[in-house]
Amino acid sequence: MRPEYDIAVIGGGLVGTAIAYGLAKTGQRVALLDEDDRARRASVANFSLIWVQTKGLGMPEYSDWSRGAADLWPAFCDEIAALTDIDLAFTRPGGFHLCLSDAELEARASHLARINAQPAITQLPYEILGHNAVREMMPDIGPDVVGASYCPLDGQCNSMRLFWGLHTGFGRVGGHYLSNHRVSTLAARDSGFVASTDAGPIAAGKVVIAAGNDSQRLAPMVGLNAQVRPQRGQVLVTERMKPFLHYPTITVRQADEGSVMLGDSIEEGNPSLMVGTDVLAKMADRAMRMFPGLGNVNIVRTWSAQRVMTKDGCPVYDESREHRGAFIANCHSGVTLAPRHAQTLASLIAASRVSTELPVFGTGRFDVSTVH
Amino acid sequence: MTTQPLRDRYDLAVIGAGPAGLAAAATAARLGLSTVLLDEQPSPGGQIYRGIAEAAAATRAALGADYRHGQTLVDGLASSKADYVAGATVFDISPASRIAFLSGGHARAVSAQRIIVATGGQERPFPIEGWTLPGVMTAGAAQILLKQADLVPSGRVVLAGTGPLLWLLAAQILRAGGTIDAILETTERRNWRVALRHLPRFLASAYAAKGLALLAEVRRKVRVVSGVSHLRAVGGVGLEGVAYRIGGATETVIPADTLLLHQGVVPSLHLPDALGCSIMWNSLQRAFQPEVDDWGATSLDHIAVAGDGSGIGGAQSAARRGRIAALDAAFRLGLIDQPSRDHAAQRDLKALARDLKARRFLDVLYDPPEQFRVPTGDTIVCRCEEVSARRIEAVIAQGVLGPNQIKFFMRCGMGPCQGRLCGLTVTEMFAAGRGVSPAEVGHYRLRTPIKPVTIAEMASLPFGAHADKAVVRL
Amino acid sequence: MFRRFTDRPVPDVTILVDGARITTKASDSVAAAMFAAGMSSCRSTVVEGRARGPYCMMGVCFDCLVVIDGVGSRQGCMTRVRDGMVVETQDGRRELGR
Repeated sequence: MRPEYDIAVIGGGLVGTAIAYGLAKTGQRVALLDEDDRARRASVANFSLIWVQTKGLGMPEYSDWSRGAADLWPAFCDEIAALTDIDLAFTRPGGFHLCLSDAELEARASHLARINAQPAITQLPYEILGHNAVREMMPDIGPDVVGASYCPLDGQCNSMRLFWGLHTGFGRVGGHYLSNHRVSTLAARDSGFVASTDAGPIAAGKVVIAAGNDSQRLAPMVGLNAQVRPQRGQVLVTERMKPFLHYPTITVRQADEGSVMLGDSIEEGNPSLMVGTDVLAKMADRAMRMFPGLGNVNIVRTWSAQRVMTKDGCPVYDESREHRGAFIANCHSGVTLAPRHAQTLASLIAASRVSTELPVFGTGRFDVSTVH
Repeated sequence: MTTQPLRDRYDLAVIGAGPAGLAAAATAARLGLSTVLLDEQPSPGGQIYRGIAEAAAATRAALGADYRHGQTLVDGLASSKADYVAGATVFDISPASRIAFLSGGHARAVSAQRIIVATGGQERPFPIEGWTLPGVMTAGAAQILLKQADLVPSGRVVLAGTGPLLWLLAAQILRAGGTIDAILETTERRNWRVALRHLPRFLASAYAAKGLALLAEVRRKVRVVSGVSHLRAVGGVGLEGVAYRIGGATETVIPADTLLLHQGVVPSLHLPDALGCSIMWNSLQRAFQPEVDDWGATSLDHIAVAGDGSGIGGAQSAARRGRIAALDAAFRLGLIDQPSRDHAAQRDLKALARDLKARRFLDVLYDPPEQFRVPTGDTIVCRCEEVSARRIEAVIAQGVLGPNQIKFFMRCGMGPCQGRLCGLTVTEMFAAGRGVSPAEVGHYRLRTPIKPVTIAEMASLPFGAHADKAVVRL
Repeated sequence: MFRRFTDRPVPDVTILVDGARITTKASDSVAAAMFAAGMSSCRSTVVEGRARGPYCMMGVCFDCLVVIDGVGSRQGCMTRVRDGMVVETQDGRRELGR
């Protein structure tokens, strides 16, 4: 008996929704299984950046993957707008990593130089700028800004509308969004898979685990290894402001609707969803030093969420050897990579060519026996 | 009562200087607990006793005996040893009970071994078409203007909604020399049938005589239209008129300069929810509230909630709950034993139970009608972000389950009011749209800061090596 | 529209509201002072630019936002007047540095 769905995608976050959309667009019968309203979603606590400059140290292919994703964004934006009337507010003016000390600036310069020194790398265009040069591009910076790295390939979007656009688009192309369908177990059955969910079993010919930090639990059930760890990040968000910041920076950016977001923090091994005010205070302090005019602006809300951090920070895309047709997709860059997930990755999943075409992103790279 | 300087650490911190907070702080201090009372208003009294300490004689006369009773509570605080900080906006409480608040434009903090949250309630949102027009405000707003600024609405004044506060406000406006063009009552006639069961207890209580006298006073002088089933505020830049319908009849429009809306009071949820207290749905009062025991203790060891914030009960009940929570604090902190606590609380506990039962009649009779809890069409739901009911309905139809997802997709709840004016509406819309109870739908997940703070104020909180490591990339 | 129904024994203060001199009571909040002066709106909204006035007067609705002494997004209902205070209606979204 043919299962009800060709593919079940587990996880209604940015990664899962993009993949599900991409698969449904090609005519596959797709179920997108999601948890309830209070699910812990990394997708709601991102910085809306389409970021290239930091990526690829240790894996040059990841730099290409990200650059390619950024290049796909304009057409992707048009596609979503045409299908859903939702504007993703994509701009690509280049992005900054602002530094408040010489040590920070040196660390940036060194990191970028090391990326470009890798043998297989496509040279990343960037500049290391001093205070005055930064000021010419962003007049509102404060005297404490020592300098910055600038990469013309970086951009930003409205990630809430990205999420909403993918969600709506998925529905428009015939996908089935199943909320309240938390997957308790996953098993290979007949020539497909069965996911046992809170609302009953769902059978599909193939399954994609894109469940963020919950992938760790599900992956072994079908012979996969998720290799993700939760990594806490906190963000502060201000009231809406008139436009003043046209360039995204990695710790302060202004959304198209005016709110300014302040980040960014990394805490390993802290599973709490409650915010830590010391970290928030530090981020607020740095933001004020970067843009002194922000001092009197009101913080209206904060987020604390767990990034989906793979062992080396690069995406994991793989197909199970033990159970063909079971795939995994995890990364912490669901915004940047959205078009890749909706197009490239979705096609490879449909053709079952993920591990052959993207071997570098397979989980085999984490095996102890592999020596670098 | 002292105001400065503050200690770094207290036995008990009370947040909110309404009847519950005033009673709790004074009682706790008298029992020997080192106590601090933090309140965001410039003078004590909360909302019900707003401005009592500074009110002119004519104002006190207009507002009635119940209002004047607030002075007793304020005097109780003043003669106690509790420290009191006015103009203190609490915005964060850490898991280690470090309370961060804004005072005089700076962020300050105190620690406390136990915290009583007495932040009271707010009016239930009343989303009707045009409710965002200048000239439309809550009944409570008009009362605050009476109490704090001796301002009475003039011109063409219309009151609309349901609940005792509507009648109280009407009486206060009349006594202050104002006129009211009409009271449009939305109370559903069929509620009487269900409420009748609770009537005897209500009639036996102190509320009844006062309430009935108030009703009679107002009805003598003001045109009351009952059974209003549809309501909208009309106007271009500001309010020009109020349109209403009774049942299926055609719409009537009354010209108006001021429309005062009221359909009950609901608990303030931000602080208990951000702290992580268990929250429950009160189906009789149709509101979320923290889960508390008879002493106001929440699911968190060191946090209690007293007053309307633990469930709407009115000013008298709030004061009782404040005293009860203070006694429990003294017991838990080892200053009195259990039998002493129980004995001292006996009278308040009994009176509280009796009064809450008597109030059920009001809860049932004045149950807000569904069409005013679940708006449709272009009616604005999220005032801050200007999100209409129509857009929310579309999201619900797409299979989204609840307030936290829709917050992200539609931005409702993301404005400076932090969901205070839209939260209940969004929950009720999901409940109605999905055919499940509001309890199952849940509510917005609330977090620090529970009131907006500036970036500079946030930056003034302490941070150390852990934060440096988490934030600075080297 | 509002009028004073009694004259409490509290000093008068003078503030500027959008350039106009307003005499009001020292005990008034900015929002109350604006109502007393005959104003019913104090800002325009951040999305559609529509006029809004204070709705709750108790600090929960955030519709009473005004610019006070050059600093925007101040809740008029939560701020007491001060002699010489400069109040301006808030026009849409917050400006950097104001």
